[in-house]
Amino acid sequence: MALLIRRKEKAACSVTILRGPSAVHIMALRFEILGRFNRARAAQLTLPHFVCQTPLFMPVGTQGTIKGLTNNQLEDIGCQIILGNTYHLALRPTAELIDELGGLHNFMNWPRALLTDSGGFQMVSLLHLADITEKGVTFQSPVDGKPMLLTPEQSIKIQNKIGADIIMALDDVVRTTITGPRIEEAMYRTLRWIDRCIAAHEKPNEQNLFGIVQGGLDPALRDICVRGLVDRNLPGYAIGGLAGGEDKDSFWRVVAQCTAALPEDKPRYVMGVGYPLDIVVCSALGADMYDCVYPTRTARFGTALVPEGVLKLKHKVMEADVRPIDPTCSCMVCKNYTRSYIHCLVTKDAMGSQLLSYHNLAYMMRLSKDLHMSIIEGRFPEYVCGFLQKQFPKGDVPEWVCNAMEVAGIDISSCCVPFS
Amino acid sequence: MELHLHCLRRLSLLPQPSRFPSCLFSEEEKRNRVQEEEHHEKKKMRFVVKACRNGRAREGVLHLGSCPTAIETPSLLLSTCKGLPFFITRDLLPSLPSPDSHLLQMSPLHFLECPSATTISNIGGLHQMVGLHEHCFVAAPRDSILGLPDFEGTNKLGASFETTGGRRLVKPVEYMKIISSLKPDLWTSLADEVPAWVSEKRNQMSVDRTVCWLDDCIGINLAAGASVLGAIVGGSSLDERRHCAQEVVKRNVAGYWIGGFGLGESMEERPALLAAVTDLLPAERPRQICGLGLPEEVLQGVAAGIDLFESTYIYHLTLGGSALTFPLDGEERHGYDSQLSDIGSDHTKINLRATVYRKDTSPIVDGCCCYTCQNHTRAYLNHLLNVHEMLAHILLEM
Ligand SMILES: [Zn+2]
Ligand SMILES: [Zn+2]
Repeated sequence: MALLIRRKEKAACSVTILRGPSAVHIMALRFEILGRFNRARAAQLTLPHFVCQTPLFMPVGTQGTIKGLTNNQLEDIGCQIILGNTYHLALRPTAELIDELGGLHNFMNWPRALLTDSGGFQMVSLLHLADITEKGVTFQSPVDGKPMLLTPEQSIKIQNKIGADIIMALDDVVRTTITGPRIEEAMYRTLRWIDRCIAAHEKPNEQNLFGIVQGGLDPALRDICVRGLVDRNLPGYAIGGLAGGEDKDSFWRVVAQCTAALPEDKPRYVMGVGYPLDIVVCSALGADMYDCVYPTRTARFGTALVPEGVLKLKHKVMEADVRPIDPTCSCMVCKNYTRSYIHCLVTKDAMGSQLLSYHNLAYMMRLSKDLHMSIIEGRFPEYVCGFLQKQFPKGDVPEWVCNAMEVAGIDISSCCVPFS
Repeated sequence: MELHLHCLRRLSLLPQPSRFPSCLFSEEEKRNRVQEEEHHEKKKMRFVVKACRNGRAREGVLHLGSCPTAIETPSLLLSTCKGLPFFITRDLLPSLPSPDSHLLQMSPLHFLECPSATTISNIGGLHQMVGLHEHCFVAAPRDSILGLPDFEGTNKLGASFETTGGRRLVKPVEYMKIISSLKPDLWTSLADEVPAWVSEKRNQMSVDRTVCWLDDCIGINLAAGASVLGAIVGGSSLDERRHCAQEVVKRNVAGYWIGGFGLGESMEERPALLAAVTDLLPAERPRQICGLGLPEEVLQGVAAGIDLFESTYIYHLTLGGSALTFPLDGEERHGYDSQLSDIGSDHTKINLRATVYRKDTSPIVDGCCCYTCQNHTRAYLNHLLNVHEMLAHILLEM
């Protein structure tokens, strides 16, 4: 039985209280599907601080800021939600201080939505000495070197203090390329930890706890994990343990399996995915949210994202090129600067990478919006084909993309011949 | 209290107008060049001295082609790197006080490597290249941040500079090639700047070369000559300063650029050196100085009748994590007394790195209307500085 209670939030947001036989599930989001094409969907995701349109891309603001961009600039390019890294924020300025200053929204004066990760992935990937036991993640403090323990309860407590619209459950993170019993152990532990996370969550009517599907590349394990999480009736679900160097065919198959098994009426977030092509494929398979440092990281190396793929601004041929980065882009950078000038900046100064980050994030926002609009306007297959033709003008669309599109029910045969 | 950048400019307007008698020069500058191209005609500079105060100090109005509004002097030039203001992104530029922030200082030395002069010309010059069509660029080789004069490497062929790309010898021909492609609103001739401690002979040589290079620069591009600021050097010798000024005044220039300061001369000897030069300069042309940036140094320059200053002090403060809070209305900030000196702050600036600001939810300056003060707290800036985020510098430079 579902009961809807209207709440007056910054963005009109409803809280759905689902009364099950044993537990009361409260959530602080509304997910309305506005359009579909087969498995792909365009939705409106209403969060306490912002009404987002999906598919959407979330830039990563590690320290409570996106590399060199002001909040106004982020709003200008259409950024709806920012990801903050709990691990970094808990170290500095600390969750207590953020809480005392009114939460991360207030602290960084960001009016739109925020998502924080659990901190576990950062620890495992940044600290070599992290050790995972049933209690939690043990790691050496980078501040004083003392051993510290991050439990599911603590992760949620910290994220409750930071106050993001979406918080992530602590999961048992395993490198994607690992095989064997460790994958199974991690999956079952992730399921045990989700109950500890749910129990520790103090603000279910202000913050949405997402569970993370683990299970490596093993369909049987993924299936157990998805079903276990769906039973907990969470506000949203993430597909974790991907984008870690696994082969692309395994990658899309896991996404396809999970999206097929997850409930229709909840957002689905593929963690760590950020290549434009991957986002298009995952959206075709029914995923809604993505995050990645790729657009800003690649900007630091002088690379711009363009419809044709990437443009390496450090390359010598850019020196005398007086065109904008992407003539079809209407961002502030493309309106004002030439490739030759940015070439001259990226070889040395921070200014160049800042401008490239701006363009790259603007590109990701445009991609999200294009996906959303094309689904709503019923021209999603045409959009996908146009996208692939630009990326692969010779018709050499990778086989994994063709396979995934077949499952997604999108005919891309016109893209698999040289495009003239 | 006004904007931080604005503070320095207002500071440069002190003492208060009402306390001093003023004489008015309302005559317009009339210089017509036969060789002027249409481009230069359109962008022609006009400068009017409105009032003289307290002896040499003066207030003026500068009209430059690409700036939609007149610029009141004394004024600060915003430092740039490769034509872009340090840390301030273009969408934030309009939030700085207008028209002060329309005046940008740039160094042609930043374009020694790339893009080539041909490419810059193809793009259509500096304004077009950096997308700042309503801003004015004043070009000078030395920028006090990335392009310092290297007097030991300078020879009769050209001036040497320490640049980010290493030591570079710049000959007048090369220099003018870059200037001609950039088409700045005003530009300075190449100078041989020497520090205060060099021998009398070396100092004389620097004056001779600087004057000679001025002729070379104008000779190479007659059209661009309409917007040249003649460089004046002379180190810490009153005679050489006067000699150089006399020579440059004989040339047909749009204004004057006084170099060789901030290179080892003392605060005490500076006023006499400045006065020796400005006393010889025609009143109706603008005067820019290089190397003076501290608020008290700017005041010395204003007293000597300088109109344009660089803002490298703001840049260095920003890098150090400090914010200018210069109290212009005479009102002392509350609650910042003895503890300030311990953390590198005083009544004109605060060091936001200090832990006392960790939980400070107030803006840098109460009532300030800049982007940073309107949007962020001292605590957030403290955090950004402590994690070395680039955004901190962007916000502070405002
Ligand atoms: Zn762009
Ligand atoms: Zn301010």
